[in-house]
Amino acid sequence: MSMPYYVAPEQAMTDRADFARKGIAKGRALVALRYEHGIVLVAENTSQSLRKVSEIYDRIAFAGVGKYNEFDQLRVAGIRSAELTGYQYSRDDVDARGLANDYAQLLGNAFTHGMKPMEVEILVAEVGVEGSHDDQIFHIMYDGTVIDRPDTCALGGESDAISNRLSNGFAEGFSLVDAIRLGVSSLSGDGRSISADSLEIAILERNGDRRCFRRLEASEVEAALQE
Amino acid sequence: MVMPVFQPGDDPGTDFPMLLQRAGYGPVDLPSGTTIDTPHATTCVAVRFDNGVVMAGDRRATSGHLISHRTMEKVVQADRHSGVAIAGAAGPAVDMIRLFQVQLEYYEKVQGSALSLEGKANQLASMVRANVPAAMQGMGVVPIFAGFDVRRSIGRLWAYDMLGGRYEEREHVATGSGSLHASTVMKVGYRSDLTRDDAVELVTRSLWEAADADSATGGPDMVRGIYPVVATIDSDGWSLVGDDELGDRYRTLIEQMGGSTS
Repeated sequence: MSMPYYVAPEQAMTDRADFARKGIAKGRALVALRYEHGIVLVAENTSQSLRKVSEIYDRIAFAGVGKYNEFDQLRVAGIRSAELTGYQYSRDDVDARGLANDYAQLLGNAFTHGMKPMEVEILVAEVGVEGSHDDQIFHIMYDGTVIDRPDTCALGGESDAISNRLSNGFAEGFSLVDAIRLGVSSLSGDGRSISADSLEIAILERNGDRRCFRRLEASEVEAALQE
Repeated sequence: MVMPVFQPGDDPGTDFPMLLQRAGYGPVDLPSGTTIDTPHATTCVAVRFDNGVVMAGDRRATSGHLISHRTMEKVVQADRHSGVAIAGAAGPAVDMIRLFQVQLEYYEKVQGSALSLEGKANQLASMVRANVPAAMQGMGVVPIFAGFDVRRSIGRLWAYDMLGGRYEEREHVATGSGSLHASTVMKVGYRSDLTRDDAVELVTRSLWEAADADSATGGPDMVRGIYPVVATIDSDGWSLVGDDELGDRYRTLIEQMGGSTS
């Protein structure tokens, strides 16, 4: 009878984390930051149809990096969870914190018990009803760690460098154009530029409508990036 | 709540009612052979005009001879470019509308693009069909669906029967107990070149006549300031006609008939 090799739990976790991080680092990054009327999400994405940023509920958006089929599955699960809660109780009872916790359970479970951890990092953002003090951005890691980001958030490959550029450049009360420019320059870094057609930008806008999520048209992105 | 995740092949896809069932909120099983007397909602109409549609419905719900609600809203927005109106058992009807609204948005978000207008009309048909067992027990729901078809740039209308039969109409539709009277007014007043204003005038008039001849249909209530719900849908989307405008139209109508509103 053959015995399985003993692997220390620390080693097993490190191996899994390395595996997940490698998968995530392959893809392109995305950022989210607050601006005067809500939250803007900027993703580097060469595909015009496979989305990284999408709508979950009235005031809630989702973004993911890493393996597309895995974060898309999480996106749909989030829509389902939100719609079921909203239908069973009230639309007011759906919030980003609850969703972030549910995502954390799912990812944490896959990380420790699954065949393999999910190679994704996701973000759940909610725009506040009253004002920017209610805005919330949750960053959820491949192992289920949830981080509450007050102003800015970077996901994906080289996210430390991007995150530094982002938080250094951030200022309260940014206009949408300023926020988009900071987002794009943080993603590109020095010596590289990202063209408008490789950008996917969406906003959660506090404008009095029920559905706050809106994708920016290509022409709006181009206009925002023009000097 | 535990996040709903399904295996491929076992996934409810873009079907929200199916998801509800899977999550344990299926339809109620009614004991067969019983009929239940619930409040009923009555007359709703819709008519096409040159670049859109107008929908309207009275505000009354009745239980037998009793008026059970005076401010019911039977005409509601389904999404940006469509609306739904209902007649029949009020409870299941309101629930059907709510489920329909959620389904349209759910489909749009999961799929990444909205259903076509005809797809929405078919979706509503399958919801009416799902209600057939309840309809056999006195709780039938008969909706109207109308909207602006953004792919064809025209207003379109659908009538339904209690079994989920779906009929697209070219001019106007009516449902509910006062529909005979309302239809007659629209049939006489319809022209192919109606403007938005003409169409609003025609539906307010048709509901007036329905209320005049059908006890289950409520007329404009000047005392309480309750008027029918009237909405227009065109390329700019859904828009409710304000109570001020409706109040003026009904006052004019009453004066034309020789009545006094002062």
